[in-house]
Amino acid sequence: MTGLSESTSANRPAARAGSSATIPVPGEKRVFMTGNEVVAWAAIAARADIMYGYPITPQNEVMHYWTRLAPKFGKEFLQTEDELAAGFTTIGGVLAGKKAFTATAGPGNILMQEPASMAEMMRLPVVVVIMQRGGPSTATVIYSQQEVILTTFGGNGEGFRIVYSTSGLQELYDYTIKAFNTAWRYRFPVFVLADGYQAKMREPLTIYDPLARGMELVPPEQYVGRPGMPGVDRPPGHYRNTYNTEEELYEILQGHVQEYERVAPEIMEHESLETEDADLLIIAHGVVGRAAKQAVEQLREEGLKVGCFRPVTLRPLSAGALRDAVSRAKRILVVESAYGQLGKLVRDALCGLVVEMFSLYKPGVGVTPEEVVIRSKELIA
Amino acid sequence: METKPHKFCPGCGHGIALRALGQAIDELGIQDRTVFGCDIGCSLLAWDFFNVDTVQTHHGRTTPVMTGIKRANPDLICIAYMGDGGGYAIGSQHLVNAAGRNEKITVILANNTQYAMTGGQMAPTTLPGQKTETTPYGRDVEWTGLPAQGPEMVAAIAPEGAYVARGTVSKVRQLQKMYVRALLNQIEGRGFSFVETLATCPTNWRTNAEKTWAFLEKQMPEYFRVGELKVPVTTEETLKSADSRRRPEVLRKASRRGEEE
Amino acid sequence: MKTKKKPLKIVVAGEGGQGVQAIAEILAEAAYEEGRQALYIPNFGVEQRGGVSIAFLQIGDQPIGAPKFETADIVVALNARAVLRTRQYAGRQTILVYDNLAEVKGEDLPRQAARILSIPALETAKRELHPRVFNVLILGAVIGATGVVTLDNTKKALEKRLGYKFEHDPKLRELNHRALERGVELLGQVIQGGKEQSGELRAHN
Repeated sequence: MTGLSESTSANRPAARAGSSATIPVPGEKRVFMTGNEVVAWAAIAARADIMYGYPITPQNEVMHYWTRLAPKFGKEFLQTEDELAAGFTTIGGVLAGKKAFTATAGPGNILMQEPASMAEMMRLPVVVVIMQRGGPSTATVIYSQQEVILTTFGGNGEGFRIVYSTSGLQELYDYTIKAFNTAWRYRFPVFVLADGYQAKMREPLTIYDPLARGMELVPPEQYVGRPGMPGVDRPPGHYRNTYNTEEELYEILQGHVQEYERVAPEIMEHESLETEDADLLIIAHGVVGRAAKQAVEQLREEGLKVGCFRPVTLRPLSAGALRDAVSRAKRILVVESAYGQLGKLVRDALCGLVVEMFSLYKPGVGVTPEEVVIRSKELIA
Repeated sequence: METKPHKFCPGCGHGIALRALGQAIDELGIQDRTVFGCDIGCSLLAWDFFNVDTVQTHHGRTTPVMTGIKRANPDLICIAYMGDGGGYAIGSQHLVNAAGRNEKITVILANNTQYAMTGGQMAPTTLPGQKTETTPYGRDVEWTGLPAQGPEMVAAIAPEGAYVARGTVSKVRQLQKMYVRALLNQIEGRGFSFVETLATCPTNWRTNAEKTWAFLEKQMPEYFRVGELKVPVTTEETLKSADSRRRPEVLRKASRRGEEE
Repeated sequence: MKTKKKPLKIVVAGEGGQGVQAIAEILAEAAYEEGRQALYIPNFGVEQRGGVSIAFLQIGDQPIGAPKFETADIVVALNARAVLRTRQYAGRQTILVYDNLAEVKGEDLPRQAARILSIPALETAKRELHPRVFNVLILGAVIGATGVVTLDNTKKALEKRLGYKFEHDPKLRELNHRALERGVELLGQVIQGGKEQSGELRAHN
C-alpha cells in the first residue's frame, strides 16, 4: 500500500464530515503487508467508525496505519492516557452507536480486562485486537501465546465473550471484519487474538470489500442519544453494571448464560486436518497451528498417522468437535507458546474422556515444525 | 424534568447537587441530548434518577466513557458525575488527561472528604486530623499528605477554553450557576469543564445536622476555597453581556437538535 | 539447495543501522512481485536498539508455515557479532556468508555449516561505489548465491521502496543498480575463485 504518508492535519474537516461514501477496499486486491497494517485495513473494510488506543508494542502500527487511513474515510481516532481509558472510551463509542475498537497487548491487555468486564456485564459489542507478547509482566515485546487465559477468562466473571485466534494474515483480515459482525449481532465483546509474529510479519493475502463479496455487515445501534425526549417520546436509556441484590444479579446473569449457550454453537469454529484416522492428534491454535499443520504434512509423508485440531474460537471452544476428534485418537499432543494455557482449555473440554495427553509447551517462544515433528515421533514410537 | 425520589442517606449532599444539576439541564433545555454518566460509590445511586440517558461505570472511568461517547457523537452533552475517590485517586489519570486534552465534556465531582459507600475510609480530600476508618487517630499529613486540591490542579493543567470551579451544596444558587456555566462551555464547544462540589456525608462523618453544616461551611472551605478558578473569556462575556439579552439565543442554540427534529 | 516444496530459508543479521531489515524486505517484496509465497519477519526485541538486528525470510511456492525456523539455508552476517548471534541458525546444509572486514574469530564460525564464504562487500562498496549501498551489495550477493528472485524483480522492489528518492536523484538509482549487480558478481567470483575459508568447510550431499 502506498500513499500512506500524506499529512493528516488537512484531513480533520473530512473526518468531521462523518462516514464517507468511498469504497474502502476496491473489490479484491492481493497485497503483501504486515499484520498490524492488515488489522487497520480490515477495520476500514468492516466500516468501523472510531478507534481508541494507547501505544504498546507489538500493536503500535495498528494505530499508525489507522491514523493514516481513518481521515481519508471519515473516521476518527483518539489516543488515550492508558488502556483502561482506551477500553472505556471504546465502550463510550459503542454506547454512542458507533463501531468502535481498540488494540493492545501484554500489560495493556491486563488493564483492558477492566473495561472488558464492563462490556461483558452490559453485553456491549466492543472489538479488541490483541497482539500477544511475552509474559508475565513486561517480559518481551516480541511474541507469545501467554494471553490465552487472560483473553478468554480475564474478567471477574464467567468470560461471556468471543475470542478468535488467527493463524495468519488472511485470517487476521477475515476475522477482524467478522469480529464487528459477531459483536453487533450477538452483543458480546469480541477479541481477535493474534500475536507479535502476526503483528510484525509480512505475507501475501487478499484484502476485499466484504459488501462486494455479498457479505452482510451488521449495522450498529445507538444506546444513548436516540431521537426524542427521554421520558416523553421514549424511555430514557438507563445502563448500569451494579446491582443491589444477589437475586437481581443472578437473574441478569442467567440471561447472559442462556444467551451465550444459545448462540455459542453458531459462533464456534475450528479447523481439522487428517483427524479421521489419526493415532496422534496435535492440538494447537493461532500461529502455532501453522507449525502443527506443517508437522502433520511431513509426518503423513512418512506414513505416520498424525492429525491436527486447531480451535479458531478459543471462547466458546468447539468442545464437541474436539471431543469427537480426540475420541478417535490414542494420544493427544498440545502444542503452544505458553505453559499449558490452551492445555487448560483443552483439558476442561475433554473432561470425562480417557486419552493420554502430552505437551510441547514453550512459553514466550515460537514453535517450529521441526520440534513438533520430533516430539510427535517420540510419542508414536 | 421529572426525577425519581433519591436513594441517598438523610442529609447527603448528592441529592442537593443532583437537583441543581437537573435544574441546570432544564434551564439550558438539553434534556434530550444529555448523557449522564455516574461512577461507583454513592454517585451510582443516581443511575436511574434522571429522565436522561444514563450510564454507570466505576473508578473514575466515567470520564473516559463520557469522552468516548462525546468523541463518537459530538452532538451529545456528556456529564461525568463522580466522587473524590474516583476522580482524585483511582481514576485521577483520566481526570488529568481529559483536562489536558480539553475534552468537551463536563466533570462534576462530589467532595465529601472520604470514601462514603465503602464505609468511610480516608480519601485524597480528607482534612488534616480528620478521623476516618483508615485514619482512626486522624489524618497525619506527614504520612499521608495534604488534602487534594482538585480544581486548582485542573485549572493549572487545562488549556484555554476550560471552565473550572468549586461550588458547595450550602450555596445552591451559586452551584447551579456554576453547573450552567460548565455545561454552556461544553455546549459552545470551548473545552473541558469541571466543577468540584463540596458535599455532606453525615452518615460517615457521624455528625448531627448542626455539626454537618458547620463542617461543610467552616472546616471544608479552609482547605477548599469556593469560587470560579478558570473561566473562558468568551463565556464570561457571553454571560455578563447577555444573561438576559443573549440567553434566549444561547438556549435556542443549545436545543437546536430538538428543533431540527 | 531447495526442493520444490520446501521454502528457501534466509537469515540476515547485522548491526542496527546496517540496513539488514531492508535487505530482507526488498527480497520478500521481489518474491511477492514474482507471485511466489514469501514470509518475512524481523526480530524486534528491545535488542533492536543497539544490538544485532536479525531478519527471517522464507520464499517458496507453497504457503509458508511457521514464521520462524531453526535452520537456515543461507545465513548472511554483516559483522562479527552477527556471526556469533546467528550461529544457532547454521545447520549442516547451511551456507554462511559474511563480510571479510568483520573481525571474526575462527572459533566463532559455525563449523557445522556446509560452506563458509567471506566476501569483500564493505571493501568493494567503499572502493568502487559508496558505503551507504553496502546493504544493496549484500542483497545482490544473496541473489547471486541463491537465485531465489530475479535481478529484474529485485530492481522493481527496490524502486517500490526507494523510488521517491530516485526521482529526486536518478544517480542514486544507478548507484543502487550497480551495487546490486556488483553483489551478484562478487559472490560468483568468490565461489568460483575458491576463496572459501579452507578448513572450515565440510562437504555435503
